[in-house]
Amino acid sequence: VSRALHAEWTKLRTVPGPGWLLLAAIALTAAVGAIAANAVSCPAGGCQVDPAKVSLTGIDLGQAIVAMVAVTAVSGEYSTGMIRLTLVATPRRWLVLTAKAAVVGAAALATGAVAALLSVISGRLLLDGHGIDPAHGYQTLSLANGTVLRAAAGSALYLVLIALLGLGIAAAIRDSAVSIGVVLGLLYLFPIVAGVVGDADWKRHLDQISPMVAGMYIQATTDLRSLPLAPWQGLGVLAAWAAGALLAGGLLLGLRDA
Amino acid sequence: MSVLTPYRSSLALGNSGFAQLLWAEWTKFRTVRGWVIGMAAGALVFVGLGVLTAKGSQCGVPPTAANPSGACPAPATGPDGEWVSDAFYFVRQPLGTSGSITVRVTSLTGLYATHAGSAVPGEIPTADLTPGVQPWAKAGIIIKASATAGSAYAAMMVTGDHGVRMQWDFTNDAAGLAGKVSAASPRWLRLTRSGHVIRGYDSADGTHWTLVGTATLAGLPSVTPAGLFAASPGYSANSTSLGGSSSKGGPALATGTFDNVSRQGAWPVGRWSGQDIQEPADNALQASAQGYRETGGTFTVSGSGDIAPAGGDAGATIGQTLAGTFAGLVAVVVIGVMFMTVEYRRGLIRTTFAASPRRGRVLAAKAGVLAAVTFVAGLVAVAIVIPVGEHLLRENGWPIYPTSALTEARIAVGTVALLAVAAVLALAVGTLLRRSAGAVTAVIAGIVLPYLLAILSGVLPAAAEEWLVRVTPAAAFAIQQSVPAYPQVDASYTPGNGYFPLAPWAGFAELCAWAALALGIAVLVLRRRDV
Repeated sequence: VSRALHAEWTKLRTVPGPGWLLLAAIALTAAVGAIAANAVSCPAGGCQVDPAKVSLTGIDLGQAIVAMVAVTAVSGEYSTGMIRLTLVATPRRWLVLTAKAAVVGAAALATGAVAALLSVISGRLLLDGHGIDPAHGYQTLSLANGTVLRAAAGSALYLVLIALLGLGIAAAIRDSAVSIGVVLGLLYLFPIVAGVVGDADWKRHLDQISPMVAGMYIQATTDLRSLPLAPWQGLGVLAAWAAGALLAGGLLLGLRDA
Repeated sequence: MSVLTPYRSSLALGNSGFAQLLWAEWTKFRTVRGWVIGMAAGALVFVGLGVLTAKGSQCGVPPTAANPSGACPAPATGPDGEWVSDAFYFVRQPLGTSGSITVRVTSLTGLYATHAGSAVPGEIPTADLTPGVQPWAKAGIIIKASATAGSAYAAMMVTGDHGVRMQWDFTNDAAGLAGKVSAASPRWLRLTRSGHVIRGYDSADGTHWTLVGTATLAGLPSVTPAGLFAASPGYSANSTSLGGSSSKGGPALATGTFDNVSRQGAWPVGRWSGQDIQEPADNALQASAQGYRETGGTFTVSGSGDIAPAGGDAGATIGQTLAGTFAGLVAVVVIGVMFMTVEYRRGLIRTTFAASPRRGRVLAAKAGVLAAVTFVAGLVAVAIVIPVGEHLLRENGWPIYPTSALTEARIAVGTVALLAVAAVLALAVGTLLRRSAGAVTAVIAGIVLPYLLAILSGVLPAAAEEWLVRVTPAAAFAIQQSVPAYPQVDASYTPGNGYFPLAPWAGFAELCAWAALALGIAVLVLRRRDV
């Protein structure tokens, strides 16, 4: 097992793409979060800003890059034919997928942790100047606060689950363009369709099963009662999607010729 | 001495025109099964999502004898066919084909409720109202084709925050004197009718008059009601920052004080009578709050409601049937990227460039084929989903916002063109990056993500939302805007509610500019680099 892990880690490490992309994911996540925090304005009548959620807006964009890295970790091997070598070296295909999941998941976790940390810091620095301060009944954004910590750590876990979802789908589909299209479609289409549906019940159900919307509930720190799901339940929905994708990917990997 | 002639093939020169190139690219597209299936699947999901969302939306009110199915009632329609609200208090008497009315307005005051009442009329006692004039509260003089809601009219009015206005037929609005009205600075208003033409004048002193606007009301009967009116749109506090979905508000009342009322010309009856024109649906004010009083030539008129375009909130729009646009978009972006990147992966690009060394033309041919295929597939999808979706929405009790044939064509063809241009953008980005995953991510994150962040309320502040749909390729979704925004109506004009900051074709041009830019860079890069 450790050799399979080491092999996957070497593959991820020695290709320049993933490293730079994950760095870009961190930078873009923090930048978008800072822009969003900077754009907040609080009118005199009071505002309903969720400071943690605003600071972590960048995850919306960062997830696309993390998904892309995860997808290419699998589909890249198919496009170069490397997968045959991999499977000759490690014939147990579930082990290959598990090792890939562990390595890519760890990379996503590290990316997410740094990105979330930077986002919270920039949010703390910027939001104070935009009326999100103790004078308006807000606590200063701090990881010492349990719910803020949950939002930040949950965002990192969110990226891990997105990576696993991408990995599973890529293992099932094998083509990189189609895989990333399916992953991003799955993430972004649910909220857009939910926005058009006129029926409130339908909308609620769509939000409950949407991997992105439900998963993002982990970032909510205010007005939790109005959410269709509790934060951890929401992340559970995304985990179910990721597990389903990995299962499908693993089964197809086991059944098919490489 | 013999001259050596170099070898020339005896075969006729092959045709290497652009048409051949297009044909070659079409053959490539047609013979890859995955792309054809992908394009068909994209169209299918496009239609499927539209049908599904239409089927899943219900609009209903408690059934009554007049409306046994319980379908949502459609609002009144104005002279141009758009939905209007037409509710106000009218102090009127008949006016013949030529004549004029002049008044002096000395005050405009208002009361409003901070919460919406229940459906029970008269639930909110006048004593519970807060004093304050709504920005578009109106009081003034009006000539109207009939007392029926939605009939043609022309009116001169003072407003809460927008000075003197002349408005006619709901959509037209011309500004007169600025500033608020008060006893110290009264406003004189005059409307003159000659046949179908109505002119509005205003004055600060009653002697120097300025023409504000001229309205031609087609089909104005020879004798029409005319007189004084007051109306006030409801109070609403939309939180304009994050969490913009929440709004609170209630009905409002405007009271105008008029004196120096004088009439010239054909006023056959010469006696005033008051009438409440169409109680607004959400009006929970006490009936006694509206009305008029005359004491010694001074009229006090109180009314609730609005005379203005109503927007699309009361029903569904054509654009709502196009919920699947994004599924189609993802499909064409994936195919557009692969149309190029697969050539690199398989090495076919070398053969392609050996056969046609002018690389810009190859890219142009690819773009042409891709755009044409996408356009045809999209056109089929839109031609199915709009009528089917509209039918399903109607069946589910939704009144559909009336859209002119031209607007409907703009929404339908614009959506298809949007998909075609997005495919070309994807092709160009695929050419630049040569990597499928990166190109697909970049294009989807560039088009779909800004739109998503802009329409999901509570994610970004309003200013950031507007900026996103102004500068990114997502601006193109303005082409799907079904309901126009009117400056003379206060409403929440956000992307989430279906209103875009750019005009429809300007937004689409923005996407075209992005695609042209990417294509231009792709041609430059293609020329300079090795295959």
